[in-house]
Amino acid sequence: MPDAAKVRIAFRVNGSEHIVHAWPMARLLDVLREELRLTGTKEGCGEGECGACAVLLDGALVNSCLVPALHADGASIITIEGVAQGEQLHAVQQAFLEHGGAQCGICTPGMVLAAVNLLEKCPNPTEADIRNGLAGNLCRCTGYMKIFESVVAACKQQR
Amino acid sequence: MHPEPPLIGQAVPRKEGRDKVTGRARYVDDLVFPGMMYGATVRSPVARGRIRAIHFDENIPWQEFTVVTAQDIPGENCVALILHDQPCLAAEIVNHPEEPVVLLGHPDKHLLEEARRAVRLETEPLPAVFTIEDSLAKKEIIWGEDNVFKSFLVEKGDVDSAWARAEIVVEGEYETGAQEQLYIEPNGMIAVANPDEGVTVWGSMQCPYYVHKALVPLFGLSKDKVRVIQAETGGGFGGKEEYPSMIAAHAALLAWKAGRPVKLIYDRAEDMAATTKRHPSRTRHRTGVTRDGKLVALEIDFVIDGGAYCTLSPVVLSRGTIHAAGPYECPNVRIRSRAVATNAPPHGAFRGFGAPQSVFALERHFDQVAKACGLAPDEFRRRNFVHAGGTLAVSQVIHENVDLPQLMERAFAESDYHAKRARFARENRDARVKKGIGFAAFLHGAGFTGSGEEYLASVVAVEATAEGRVRVLAASTEIGQGANTVFTQIAADTLGLDPELIDIAPPDTAAVPNSGPTVASRTTMIVGKLVESAALGLKQTLVSSGLPGERGGPEGRPCTSEEFQRACAEYIRKHGALRATCQYAPPPGIKWDDEKYQGDAYGAYAWAVYVAEVSVDTVTYEIRVDDFVAVQEVGKVIHPVLATGQIEGGVAQGIGYALYENVVWREGRMVNAQMTNYIMPTSADVPPIRVFFEENPYPFGPGGAKGIGELPMDGPAPAIVNAIEQATGASITRIPVTPEVLMEALEGVHA
Ligand code: FES
Ligand code: FES
Repeated sequence: MPDAAKVRIAFRVNGSEHIVHAWPMARLLDVLREELRLTGTKEGCGEGECGACAVLLDGALVNSCLVPALHADGASIITIEGVAQGEQLHAVQQAFLEHGGAQCGICTPGMVLAAVNLLEKCPNPTEADIRNGLAGNLCRCTGYMKIFESVVAACKQQR
Repeated sequence: MHPEPPLIGQAVPRKEGRDKVTGRARYVDDLVFPGMMYGATVRSPVARGRIRAIHFDENIPWQEFTVVTAQDIPGENCVALILHDQPCLAAEIVNHPEEPVVLLGHPDKHLLEEARRAVRLETEPLPAVFTIEDSLAKKEIIWGEDNVFKSFLVEKGDVDSAWARAEIVVEGEYETGAQEQLYIEPNGMIAVANPDEGVTVWGSMQCPYYVHKALVPLFGLSKDKVRVIQAETGGGFGGKEEYPSMIAAHAALLAWKAGRPVKLIYDRAEDMAATTKRHPSRTRHRTGVTRDGKLVALEIDFVIDGGAYCTLSPVVLSRGTIHAAGPYECPNVRIRSRAVATNAPPHGAFRGFGAPQSVFALERHFDQVAKACGLAPDEFRRRNFVHAGGTLAVSQVIHENVDLPQLMERAFAESDYHAKRARFARENRDARVKKGIGFAAFLHGAGFTGSGEEYLASVVAVEATAEGRVRVLAASTEIGQGANTVFTQIAADTLGLDPELIDIAPPDTAAVPNSGPTVASRTTMIVGKLVESAALGLKQTLVSSGLPGERGGPEGRPCTSEEFQRACAEYIRKHGALRATCQYAPPPGIKWDDEKYQGDAYGAYAWAVYVAEVSVDTVTYEIRVDDFVAVQEVGKVIHPVLATGQIEGGVAQGIGYALYENVVWREGRMVNAQMTNYIMPTSADVPPIRVFFEENPYPFGPGGAKGIGELPMDGPAPAIVNAIEQATGASITRIPVTPEVLMEALEGVHA
């Protein structure tokens, strides 16, 4: 395919404007990782099951492996690289660090974004809210207990 | 926030945690090299066959591609491990579905995928074997002379004459399925390779020196021309113990031919279908007891399915065999075990390494034996637990001060076992959703089996810079378990330094000594001890040249980091490099007979009792684990958060093993190689996992620690299935207990 078949996508990522040229069906995941070199977003399955590729798209948690890049045109995206304020970690990140929410770390970017999103929507989640809010993000290392603890701790911190 | 020493026992922040929570950590797929191209693998479509021809579709511009077959291998065509039986690329015969045959390289990922589909292997099918029973029956000889990779015979006392004294004999047969490790980061490697500079690979792995060992004969290079570097690794669980050698070999062969760096990353489907999984198993038990429930004779026949090549099966079999008789004392034992070949992709390392299979069989069987004796399951265990001074099946005398009845009492107290068991028995009769509570008692040996650690002779180095920073050099990898953090704690405590001053050198075979593979629950206990000893050596070097090392400071107090830094600078100025190394030496008195399989199988064991509570819906056949209590004695807990996390993660994997994780096979091929239809536990599926440690310091572990990584994989499956039996009365003998398995079992009960 000639490069002319590529489409122009203008979007805001972690607060800064970007314009990229991508194949119409390119996955948002690849555009973020390969064009913008934001490699914090991970690919665990490529089929919408694991949540390692999760990002916030206009405030909604999406699996970027399932989102055509074209859909991101005009959108505002937050990736894991945009969660901390400079060197100041977000309460969720700090809690994951202190409470063992990250082991191998590969699910962590998606999990942190899912937790951030959960706490935005539901500042005082019950245990069931946390379990359901994170059910789209698989973690093979932790058995989830330390992730739940991290979310609870972040929630207390934010209050 | 500076933690006060000692750090051992405290939850200091994970060393590389900040990089992980901010997305800065670099995994192999995050690395980009100039001029890099991508690699893909063309695999066998059949389980067993002769390769007749390889057809390349003419619609593909092949001149743009790098194409590698077995003929392009500069050295020996094998993935060197225990044996050299597994080819790196199949040349004439394929022995399992998904066996690698052709490699393709191209700068464009999408064209590469198209090209991969445009290569067709023409094969002449050969008869294949897919089950343990067919392999044992030699329905077809597919490996060696008898399809047997390895067998062991463990004999204690005299089983044959003991049956006469047995008042009750109970027999049973148990099966466990394959299990996919399902690390969330798929496997991958990047290679730079050419005849001038040799071969360098970066990738996701547990064991850099295993990869190194495989690449040397493949390329016919000298050892110094091969370099292996671990990238941040997104989980391993054993799944990145041996297969990374294959992927590294493939990436390097492509790079060697193309003259450019090559990145070879598996997608999820390829990773699940082609790489190793836990060995399926079949165990037969025959147990003789007296009427009052004392063990008289134990006869165990344990068989695992190794897949098409030997790989690590002998070692998996060894651990499974030694753990098969559990933490019990029985005067007469015979364990016969075999690892057999089938035409499936080789099964390999997965947390527990043979033990979860044989422990499942034993702990399910002992509930049946208890019933046959008219005893409660706990009472039967209590009458047969091994005590300090007693002997295990391999005739190892237990010198540890183990107290299994006490661990069991604690587990029962935390789970309210007795009250619940009584209540469920009362309430279940007319309930649609029936509840049950069950447990398993077990042990897990840390480190390599028998003389394995002596043979490995692992080495760790610790060095200091003139700025007073300390570096730990080891090939042991951080794979999420916390090795970096634990090594930091140990080194910092030994030297009396702030943990911020400790660096962990990245595992790179050109820079770190071989501290052995990151497997077998050995990293903290064995390698951690070497870190401690090497750090001690460094301190002594300073002290013996009249400089303040830790507690060699004025008045024997710990020296400050400033004093330490001045000492390092002065030493380096006078004598050059400041570095200490330490090599493994076995603790005194360890004896192991490899021929008879008798003796001190492991330097130390972790001991545990796990309790599971379940609900079983007798209409939908849905099973839920409602509560889980894990009590274990692990020597000393070095880091409470990491240690608890290890247990919780292992228990969740064990729940998956027991209930959800079903590999569906068709002619040796995994047909559900997707996360959509191979189901692992989500945050909505796991019960509260409640972890309790008992400490009983092990004198030869760092700070008293024993290994714990694999332990939590052994107990959940039998505890859960024992609970299902209490709930429903169905005596299920195989895992995973899918709804179909449960349905069949319940029909048996009601029929
Ligand atoms: S990679 Fe997108 S959900 Fe798994
Ligand atoms: S921390 Fe490894 S998958 Fe979650």
